[in-house]
Amino acid sequence: MNSIKRFFTDRESLAPALVTLFAGLFSLLAGIVLIFIVSKNPVQSVRNFLLAPFLRSYNFYYLLIVMVPITFTGLALCIVYQLRYMSLIVDASFYTGAVVATALGTLISLPSGVHPAVAMIAAGIVGGLIGLLPAILKIRWRANELVSSLMLNYVFYFLGSFVILYYLRDRSQTILSSLPFKKTFLLPRLVANTQLHVGFLIAAGFVVLVSIFLYRTRWGYEIRLTGANPRFAMYAGIPVTSVILYAHFISGFLGGVGGAVEMSGLYRAFIWQMNPSYAWDGVIVAMLARRNPKFVPLSALFFAYLRVGADFMSRRGDVAFEFITLLQGLIILILASDRIVNYFRERQLRKQLLKNSRRESR
Amino acid sequence: MNYIVRTEKLSKIYPNGTFANKSVDFAVMEGEIHGLVGENGAGKTTLMKMLYGEEQPSQGSILIDEKPVSLASEFDAIKAGIGMVHQHFMLVPSLTAAENLVLGKEPKRKRTRTFDLAAAVSITEELSKHYNLPVFAKARVADLSVSMRQKLEILKALYRGARILILDEPTAVLTPQETEELFVELKTLKQQGKTIIFISHKLKEIFNLCDRVTVMRDGRMIATHNVADVDVHQISNEMVGREVRFEIARPPMAPGEPALRVRELSYVDDFAIPKLKHVSFTLRRNEILGVVGVDGNGQTELVEIITGNEKALSGKVFAYSTEVTNRSAGFVRRCGIAHIAEDRMTVGTALPASIEQNLLADRYRNRQFSTRAGFLRSREMAAYAGRLVHEYDIRCNSANQPVASLSGGNMQKVVVAREFTANASILVISEPTRGVDIGAIEYIHTKIMEMRSAGKAILLVSSDLQEVMALSDSLIVMHEGEIVAYFPDAAAVTDKELGLYMLGIKRQSDEELRKVLHE
Repeated sequence: MNSIKRFFTDRESLAPALVTLFAGLFSLLAGIVLIFIVSKNPVQSVRNFLLAPFLRSYNFYYLLIVMVPITFTGLALCIVYQLRYMSLIVDASFYTGAVVATALGTLISLPSGVHPAVAMIAAGIVGGLIGLLPAILKIRWRANELVSSLMLNYVFYFLGSFVILYYLRDRSQTILSSLPFKKTFLLPRLVANTQLHVGFLIAAGFVVLVSIFLYRTRWGYEIRLTGANPRFAMYAGIPVTSVILYAHFISGFLGGVGGAVEMSGLYRAFIWQMNPSYAWDGVIVAMLARRNPKFVPLSALFFAYLRVGADFMSRRGDVAFEFITLLQGLIILILASDRIVNYFRERQLRKQLLKNSRRESR
Repeated sequence: MNYIVRTEKLSKIYPNGTFANKSVDFAVMEGEIHGLVGENGAGKTTLMKMLYGEEQPSQGSILIDEKPVSLASEFDAIKAGIGMVHQHFMLVPSLTAAENLVLGKEPKRKRTRTFDLAAAVSITEELSKHYNLPVFAKARVADLSVSMRQKLEILKALYRGARILILDEPTAVLTPQETEELFVELKTLKQQGKTIIFISHKLKEIFNLCDRVTVMRDGRMIATHNVADVDVHQISNEMVGREVRFEIARPPMAPGEPALRVRELSYVDDFAIPKLKHVSFTLRRNEILGVVGVDGNGQTELVEIITGNEKALSGKVFAYSTEVTNRSAGFVRRCGIAHIAEDRMTVGTALPASIEQNLLADRYRNRQFSTRAGFLRSREMAAYAGRLVHEYDIRCNSANQPVASLSGGNMQKVVVAREFTANASILVISEPTRGVDIGAIEYIHTKIMEMRSAGKAILLVSSDLQEVMALSDSLIVMHEGEIVAYFPDAAAVTDKELGLYMLGIKRQSDEELRKVLHE
């Protein structure tokens, strides 16, 4: 029991964990209230919303599949947030990673097993290089990384679409689709007759790797200290510039691999008509995880749960799927307001100190 | 009795948990100069900030003319007749003295309702004459001396109708001569019926100036006395809570070989203002070389350049035989220069990071703490941090708690513990005891002397003149980015004499200054 408590609260006090829990529960509650307001058959809708993964086995596996891409973007954003950077370039890394994987999955031939691995590494490297761009702009010209990354996301989205359209498109299809992937490129299924693929295990592996990297290696140490106070890090002799660069490379690398895993695990060809923008979901996942990678699976699970529930409910009833964006907004609002945490912490502290001083003066 | 300002059981707890004021009963009589003394961090400034509406009390009340008031902001305080002169002046450097004085309450031309500069100037000159506080009304604040800026701040408060003036450590930025001048002016103000609250931690000043004195310690009010009834010893014991040792044990020691050589160092800041002009000196082993000067005369820049935190325009720095000019802070550290930064809150520590992380920030790469492959040896790190916490008497619950939760003194001990165990042969120490409680000050001073005995070369910069004079073997004085004096024996100079050099009134000949090179 004690070790469980430590798992959730070490390095930080209990308050942020409670606020996170509160954000989750409150958004769920708000969702239920909302359903009762808009739905003609609220009980049925709420049931579909809350119990979706348990009502149909398809939904259950769908939940696990949804977790995969947001785990990758969530991990990538954990690293950036540890640095106290706000770059969202992982969106471009993810999308471009998928395009690179598509190119390698359709154009070259390799033995199965090796084929997706090569594609993932190549996609990761390209994603990492893209991840560097906002950091370089910031270091060199003090350009705000949030703005530059959002703009670059469009650049890479259109560049990726261009490559698919002009070089990889399957012209025999009427809808927009790339050439079909080679058989060797596809990841095996984990459970027969479902879409759950090996990418789920790869994502789990990366959770462990990134946790170790951030908290057990000297590079992670450098990232955390630089994030805590860059001026101090420089004074203490940490090579701050290179820390910022490799952190962003690794973050982008994770995004790129995520894109490749999604392609080889879930699809038979590149068929995205628009950018799925998993980076935005990753923002919530990383925030819910309090930028600690070991909590990413949990927050990804919660997020996927909301998403699958909303999806199932909207197909079975009269509540639109988009209602999930309201819940996401609520979660972000609660998490972003540090003041809530501070308020509770301060009040507690003040009470305790006044009590102590009364005892002293007695 | 006629109290003009009084507080009842006033307490203040800052959001970070600092318990700055504990049930303070503080009372000032009309027309007196009331001294408020206490060590750094005793809660003097917090108390004054509450009186000036900048901070809100957590408990208790404030009474002006025996009527309870709530001071929600500086505006309320000004309306109630309270004026404050901060340690760091609140002036706009690019505007003239007159414009600064009337800012927020400007005289307007009758017809056009536009700002009337001529009227502002004449108001300034009139006030300046009336209160006998000379300022150049038409000069830009950037061109005024520090002491004149201070006078302008006082006038600013008076212009807004202040009956009660709060001066927060006004002498910290002044030379001994300027301090005397200020005291004469303050006594004149008193004769004109103003009430003055004078904050200081220098007892000599209190005895020269004040009628009554209140002592604070550790956030509590200890006592209020008529200055005539007490002596320095009683006050200082109350400030510290025990007998104070004024002496620092200093074993005689001959300086050894040259360790740090600085040659012809020049630096120009972002606004193209020269901050260092051809600074040259040599620091030797077993020597503490003190750097004296009024704040802002190039000391900060000198330290930043030596330690690799800033790039010089020209000149060279050598640590023993290695040139370290304009190399990274990491390189400079690897060459054996440790550095206690003057600002521990923004540079010397990472506040949200743990004590352990802060202690190991410069040595986590050592084989002792990380493997060749780059994995951290967490157990060794924790054990090492625990040892330093114990050895340097850092008061905390665990080495895993954030540095932000420590008191100023303990925070500084974290910095000292790291820098003094860095295996460096040269120590560059800036403001080692600023804002630190007396116990920690004594401890840090002892440690500095230990380092000297251990054969380190120490460059000491501090705005506390008494501290530099007490610790240093020899002194250099800086004025406007230049070394204007070198005293091979720190014990042979008086603070008055140093003051003349600090002000730029006196300057040694080039021949005398060349002695600091030890060539």
